[in-house]
Amino acid sequence: MSEALIVCENLTHIYDGEVVAVQDINLTIQKGELIGVIGQNGSGKTTLVKHFNGLLKPTKGKVFVNGNDTAGMRIQELAKSVGYVFQNPNHQLFAKTVREELEFGPTNLGVPEDEVKERVNKAFKFFNLEKYRESHPYRISFPLRKLVGMASIYTMRPDVFILDEPTTGQDHITTRIVYQLIERLRNEGATVICVAHDMILLAEVVERMIVMRDSQIIADTDPRTVFSDKDLMASTHLTPPQITELSYRMRDNKQIKNLALSINGLLEETSKNFNLKRSK
Amino acid sequence: MAGESLLPPLPNYGYKNMAKKKPVIEFRNLTFSYQLQEIPALKNINLTIYEGEYVAILGLNGAGKTTLQLCINGVIPNMIFGDFEGDVLVNGLNTQEYPTREMAKIVGMVFDNPEFQLTQTSVAEEVALGLENLGIPTVEMHPIIEDALETVGLDGLQERSPFALSGGQQQRLAIASALAMKPQIFVMDEPTSNIDPIGKEEVIAVAAKLNKEKHMTVILAEHEVEVIAQFADHVIVIHEGEIILDGTPHEVFAQVEKLEKIGLRVPQVTEFAYRLEKEYGVKVKEYPIKIDEAEQFAADTFKK
Repeated sequence: MSEALIVCENLTHIYDGEVVAVQDINLTIQKGELIGVIGQNGSGKTTLVKHFNGLLKPTKGKVFVNGNDTAGMRIQELAKSVGYVFQNPNHQLFAKTVREELEFGPTNLGVPEDEVKERVNKAFKFFNLEKYRESHPYRISFPLRKLVGMASIYTMRPDVFILDEPTTGQDHITTRIVYQLIERLRNEGATVICVAHDMILLAEVVERMIVMRDSQIIADTDPRTVFSDKDLMASTHLTPPQITELSYRMRDNKQIKNLALSINGLLEETSKNFNLKRSK
Repeated sequence: MAGESLLPPLPNYGYKNMAKKKPVIEFRNLTFSYQLQEIPALKNINLTIYEGEYVAILGLNGAGKTTLQLCINGVIPNMIFGDFEGDVLVNGLNTQEYPTREMAKIVGMVFDNPEFQLTQTSVAEEVALGLENLGIPTVEMHPIIEDALETVGLDGLQERSPFALSGGQQQRLAIASALAMKPQIFVMDEPTSNIDPIGKEEVIAVAAKLNKEKHMTVILAEHEVEVIAQFADHVIVIHEGEIILDGTPHEVFAQVEKLEKIGLRVPQVTEFAYRLEKEYGVKVKEYPIKIDEAEQFAADTFKK
């Protein structure tokens, strides 16, 4: 059933002829996957994902999207299949109003006007941005501007969503909107790739983690395996969420058997081990 | 008047040895609206911050955290105007009367995006800039700069361009620049929101060091409640321009329902204990907020 959507073959990218940003990457991403890409700043993760929508082209090796070699494709063609939401919305937004920002992508792709309108209205509702419909994108706060960046890609309905640090600078409410967006994209069958430092997002939301260090992929597996590997975590300077840290300690203290990555997971594990019954 | 507050401290504020502590910042019935805005950004703020405290300000985006912080260094109302009622006293000095320029020597401020604050071509010059503005002679600057850079762990990088630094280093440089002016109070507005986890830890560690070793009063706006739980000794929760909770981290984070109702969360281990109590009827004496407390809580609760 699986369908390869993005394939990297021996991908290397060298900036200015000397700085090796990613080296010899081999990677296949299937349709419908929910992936977290992690690693320190400078480890190569943003360089890697920028190859998926053609913002960067390989120095060596190949990248295929939907079976097509990106080397010969223009970024406009790729935009139909791969949407990239920048970490910094200031690098992305340019229209005079939030509404125009949301309309621009689908209009540009040739989506009929009625359909554009419907998509834009839905997006305003989902991202809770209705109040700012006619505002200038730069007159609203940075976190909300980030949501506008996501909404303006969402209206294009690409097959693949790349979200670069979607939750940084967000408060708890807007963070929840981001998590709901990811869930919705997944239900709609999209492929989601999050470049993120948000450990709760990685522990609770994504299904596959690609860990990068020094321009290479050093692990590519499920979050449980990554979070269980303390050496791997330490070597990439990642600190687990507080609840995962507690679950390490409870396991060391023989109070639970299996590592839990979320509050729900730890409640389940604890209640099982101590025969706790739900009171209602 | 300098020193003692005329107002009684807020009733739920259970700080130990409070009698010995000197208030350094006092908000008295402050209500502030930005120009052309009908809804006040801050409403009826009464708040006392004592010398040497590590204060965390928690609230949603747009709740009034930055506005509150800009009232401390007098930028509001002296540079950003609006309708300002009530008083803010820093060291007993009224911010409306005391020159903002002079207040900058008492209150250092660091913002969320260090790039906006950096302007010079080398790390040392960046730190020197503020000192020049204070009129400190060049010969006296050198040891001050060295000392500030050492405190934030950037010694050896004096000649580096600020723009060649990592996000965490840039933010530490912004801190060093403020630190060189030897402020007594350090105000930080989401200083870690744009940097990676290592950078985040570095900045939070430096803030803790300024507080514990240099005995500075630190006021930090921050979303990450686990960080607040680990370091702060006084937490203020702002919602729609009003202070709705003001107390120790244990007091504030025990208000799980109240915080969740307005869209904030508590540390994960606190929520774990809270849900064990609510959903499974487990007796909880005090909600843990830090990881070590949670380990102890688990040990006490799950004795075989």
